[in-house]
Amino acid sequence: MTDRPGQVRPPATRLGAMAGAVGLLSAVGMIGCRGTQSALDPAGPAAAGVLSLFWWMLGGGVLIWLAVAGLALYAIVIERPQHEPTATRWWVIGGGVVAPTVILTVLLIYGLQLIPPLVRDAPPGSLTVEVDGVRWWWRVRYLTPDGPVETANEIRLPVDEPVQFLLRSDDVIHSFWIPALGGKMDMIPGRENRLALTADRAGTFRGACAEYCGASHALMNFDVQTLPRQEFDAWLAAQRAPAVEPETELGAAGARLFLQSGCGACHAVRGTAADGGVGPDLTHLGGRRTIGAGMLPNDVEALRRWIRDVDELKPDVDMPAFDHLSEEELRAIAVYLKGLK
Amino acid sequence: MSDGPDSHGPGPIPEERDGDPNREAGGLPERHRVRPERERPGDVDPLPEAPPKEVREGQERRLMNAWRTPKGWRYWSAVNNSEVGLWYTLAAFAFFLFGGVLALLMRVQLAFPENDFLSADRYNQVFTLHGSVMMFLFAVPIFEAFSILILPQMLGARDLPFPRLSAFGFWCYLIGGTFVCGSIFFDAAPKGGWFMYPPMTTDYQPGVGADIWLLGLSFIEIASIAAAVELIVGALKCRPPGMRVNLMPLYSWYILVVGAMILFAFPPLIAGDILLEMERAFDWPFFDPARGGDPVLWQHLFWIFGHPEVYIVFLPSVALMAMIVPTFARTPIVGYSWVVLAAVGTGFLSFGLWVHHMFTIGLPGVSIGIFSAASMAVAIPTGVQLFCFLATLLVGKAAGRSAAMLFILASLVTFVAGGLTGVMVAVAPFDFQAHDTYFVVGHLHYVLVGGTIFPIVGGFYYFYPLASGGKRLSERLGRIAFWLLLIGFNVTFLPMHWSGLRGMPRRVYTYPAGLGVDTLNLISSCGAFLLAAGFLVFVWDVLRPKGKEPTVPRNLWNAGTLEWLAEIPDRPWGVRSIPEIDSRYPLWDQPNFVRDVDEGRFYVPDAKEELRETLVTSVIDAQPQQCLRVPGPSFLPALAALFTGGLFIFATYHWWWWAGGSGLLGLGTILVWLWTGAARIPEKESKDVGLGLTLPIYLSGPQAVGWWAMTITMIGDMTAFISLVFGYLFYWTVHPEFPPAGLADPDRLLLLIGGGASIAAWGATLLARRWNRQDRAAAFYIAAGAAVSLALGGAAALTAAPWRAGLDPTEHVYPAIVWVLAGWTVLHVLTGVIMQLYCVARRLAGRMTARYDADLCNVTLYWHFLALTVAITTATLAGFPLLAGTLP
Repeated sequence: MTDRPGQVRPPATRLGAMAGAVGLLSAVGMIGCRGTQSALDPAGPAAAGVLSLFWWMLGGGVLIWLAVAGLALYAIVIERPQHEPTATRWWVIGGGVVAPTVILTVLLIYGLQLIPPLVRDAPPGSLTVEVDGVRWWWRVRYLTPDGPVETANEIRLPVDEPVQFLLRSDDVIHSFWIPALGGKMDMIPGRENRLALTADRAGTFRGACAEYCGASHALMNFDVQTLPRQEFDAWLAAQRAPAVEPETELGAAGARLFLQSGCGACHAVRGTAADGGVGPDLTHLGGRRTIGAGMLPNDVEALRRWIRDVDELKPDVDMPAFDHLSEEELRAIAVYLKGLK
Repeated sequence: MSDGPDSHGPGPIPEERDGDPNREAGGLPERHRVRPERERPGDVDPLPEAPPKEVREGQERRLMNAWRTPKGWRYWSAVNNSEVGLWYTLAAFAFFLFGGVLALLMRVQLAFPENDFLSADRYNQVFTLHGSVMMFLFAVPIFEAFSILILPQMLGARDLPFPRLSAFGFWCYLIGGTFVCGSIFFDAAPKGGWFMYPPMTTDYQPGVGADIWLLGLSFIEIASIAAAVELIVGALKCRPPGMRVNLMPLYSWYILVVGAMILFAFPPLIAGDILLEMERAFDWPFFDPARGGDPVLWQHLFWIFGHPEVYIVFLPSVALMAMIVPTFARTPIVGYSWVVLAAVGTGFLSFGLWVHHMFTIGLPGVSIGIFSAASMAVAIPTGVQLFCFLATLLVGKAAGRSAAMLFILASLVTFVAGGLTGVMVAVAPFDFQAHDTYFVVGHLHYVLVGGTIFPIVGGFYYFYPLASGGKRLSERLGRIAFWLLLIGFNVTFLPMHWSGLRGMPRRVYTYPAGLGVDTLNLISSCGAFLLAAGFLVFVWDVLRPKGKEPTVPRNLWNAGTLEWLAEIPDRPWGVRSIPEIDSRYPLWDQPNFVRDVDEGRFYVPDAKEELRETLVTSVIDAQPQQCLRVPGPSFLPALAALFTGGLFIFATYHWWWWAGGSGLLGLGTILVWLWTGAARIPEKESKDVGLGLTLPIYLSGPQAVGWWAMTITMIGDMTAFISLVFGYLFYWTVHPEFPPAGLADPDRLLLLIGGGASIAAWGATLLARRWNRQDRAAAFYIAAGAAVSLALGGAAALTAAPWRAGLDPTEHVYPAIVWVLAGWTVLHVLTGVIMQLYCVARRLAGRMTARYDADLCNVTLYWHFLALTVAITTATLAGFPLLAGTLP
């Protein structure tokens, strides 16, 4: 224990090396911005506006950090003359009061003027979509003049049009978030929140629940597809239609099993006897990209697994596992569901 | 930069020490100091001559007898700040390590996409407990623990004013913390997140976990408030003579600010806990929208607590910096007044920011803008404090070569980064994206680890000799820990900002491959183990046996503040005599200071009756007022904590009879403790404390520490009550019609009778105090009897008011909130009755007299606040339904 203040010399070069390592790490991180669920890869004006705000703040923040960290290193580690108290007091006034006041005022003005477009409703007559957060999936209703069109875990939107979302929850608090299009908005039981989003390019994206909502919070996601208006209209019309009849023998057997097993008590397949409202509407399940709220690819194998092992795949889910069905029966139901384009 | 008349210029720079271990204890560098020309009353010089050796030895023997730490199993009955503070600090640190292990479990689970190391349920328990443990069982307690340990020494006091209260708080904390943490080994831990949002935590988590969180942590919050009361009174009333507020060490200022924040921040959470637990246990629908409740009320109550909490956690570490920086810079702090004002300003502002945790609940743009601006504004006082430290360092010598200073450096660079991302998320549009993502996880760890934990580690390196009897931590291990912690920390948390912006929400137990966050998460997980390695090195350094190492010289760092008076090895009495102070850095500025203290040339150098004594001074000017006798070792506080813990723990499992029995035993123990230990009538009126000063031993009223403790406690109590009233008014704001048509109001006449009778009981209590002072015994008993009868009648009428009107609290939130307000008030009136009966019994037993009436003074004080509570409850419950109809 011969250590004394004054003997230890952490050379500035080592601190420099560390700063370099930190910078390198940031660079590694920065290589990737792209992604279907990335706020750094915007597909709409709201997300783009926030992103450029972020780049400005990041740039300014890095400069400020370098200045303060440099000053701290200089003050603590570097051999230097002692400074006059009167002179250093200007550091307190300049660095502690004047600089932050000026910078924050500029930033506040920038930030505040971004708020109104983000909280404003879409113009009257815009496409209106009602989304209910349910543990742990999304009930989606397109409110059209010709009546509502219901689907689940998938949202398709026309490009270049503001869309009005009405966000609700009947159980716990969820939060509706499509990072590529804009910020999130909570879904709170007993309230209806409003969020307007616009997509400015066609593409496939992913949304997520951002508010912790219980066991399977991590598994509450959804697909977002932005389309040209014509394609969107065609899709919506198809969604409005009742379910198609099974095309194959196996599919027809699956349809019978689906009803016999009581699936219709919770799920609706419009045009059949299945009219349950507890679980997701399956009328056009076959046309969705994923199943299980963004969990698995939508294919026969995944559907079969889902029906058999749902309790293992999605903890605490309300749907019971149908593991008493034989593999053929499971396969038949899966084929039937996959056929519901 | 107005620093008062005693401002130091460039400051005396003590001689550079070259580590001469043979330096004698009294040989600290001393400098001639010109005394301020204006002599203040009580500004006294020490004895010119040291008392003879035999006299001093006799004094030391008696002091030792008074302050001796109990041995053997009785060791655990110790209540002295040096023992309780040490246990408290070690316990808080153990909980920190436990929370750290939980964090590692999470990082293992998240290292790879779709990992199955932890199940969803287990992961949710782990992250909930990690946050709750770090915030409630580590961050706040470590500050209180360390302050209990160090504050008396910083003030040259022998102990805090209520040692048994500190001990009670510690035992509550240990029992409650063990209960909450232990739940995870039974797979029964809370899993609602540390924020516990209903309705998830009311209707969707049937297990006992949420109750453990609500009741276990409420129990600990009460202990936190108890410690805050103790520390505030300690900082206000136990300062050495002459230490006016502008001479207080900055640490004491921060204790005052943080203590006040705890006092105003925790009660709203306790109010929320009450509402949430009532909904869970009895189905009172405070957060159920189907019956008029609103989950958003919880969010308000939680974040009115939760945001100040961040500063409650952060400011104490700034306080550590404020002590360490001047020592290493070898110069007084630059801008003392600025630091104080900035700390107070941060405290105030932090109560106006809570809504920024709720930017995405669907608020109007105007509210978002206002809270966005307020959130950014808090950066200014924070910046002032940091720049004052930087300026101090610039004025002084470059002295950052010891481990303590390296951690201050680590803190500055890390915290500033966290502060900058904090400004980013304060800008609401960016928060809409970043909120509830890993960006926020990154940000908050930069703030909390950088702002809080690094200074604490630095504080360990700095203060270790004071708590360890003169051993020190290894500089070499300290440097290794510094590099591991700094690099490990940044490797863990820097990538999280990026994973958040790439779409990773918080509190997910898994994530799919290919989302673009796989590599980032793997890097974070690797960094977490580096960070853990750093903590291992540090823990090893703290715990490794140091028996063979030489003890360090006294005042190892050549600091200027009073805690460094501690002798090596330390003595249980704290300071040998309580000095007269006229500098912020007495060890630097006051000539022959250490010698004078050590030779007993100042106040209270003796313990003639072999009782524990310390000085009480006035709040602003620190004029001596009282020679306070503080109680010695006792198992009663631990026993009281055990029974109080039983009340909460049994209630968790709905074992109501056990809970009630345990609660009654707890109450009984506390009464015995007060009866035997508090407000004891001394054998003589006053005593000579040295230097020609004679002080009273017993005080009652506003000069007494008990009066201050009661006032401060009741401010916290009123804050909880006002939070409940806020709940009532909140329901009015969210409902078009509140109270709703078709639901009965409480019986207005009974409310007025109950309110009137309770307020009359307050009046009778005032009369009882007056007549007791006049020594009119019969009149006192009549008044006290009338007060008890009126209070009981009032309580009955206040209970009957909702009861007779048939208000069913499970039917709708309106009857439920009415019942809560009435119930709160009735419970307080009944507590007031117990207090009145206690005073009657004390007088009957001759333990309270006309002269020695502190009990009655404090009970009257309680009744002042109670009268206010009753008036507000009555006015709200009886008047608001009438008023609401006329409001727009």
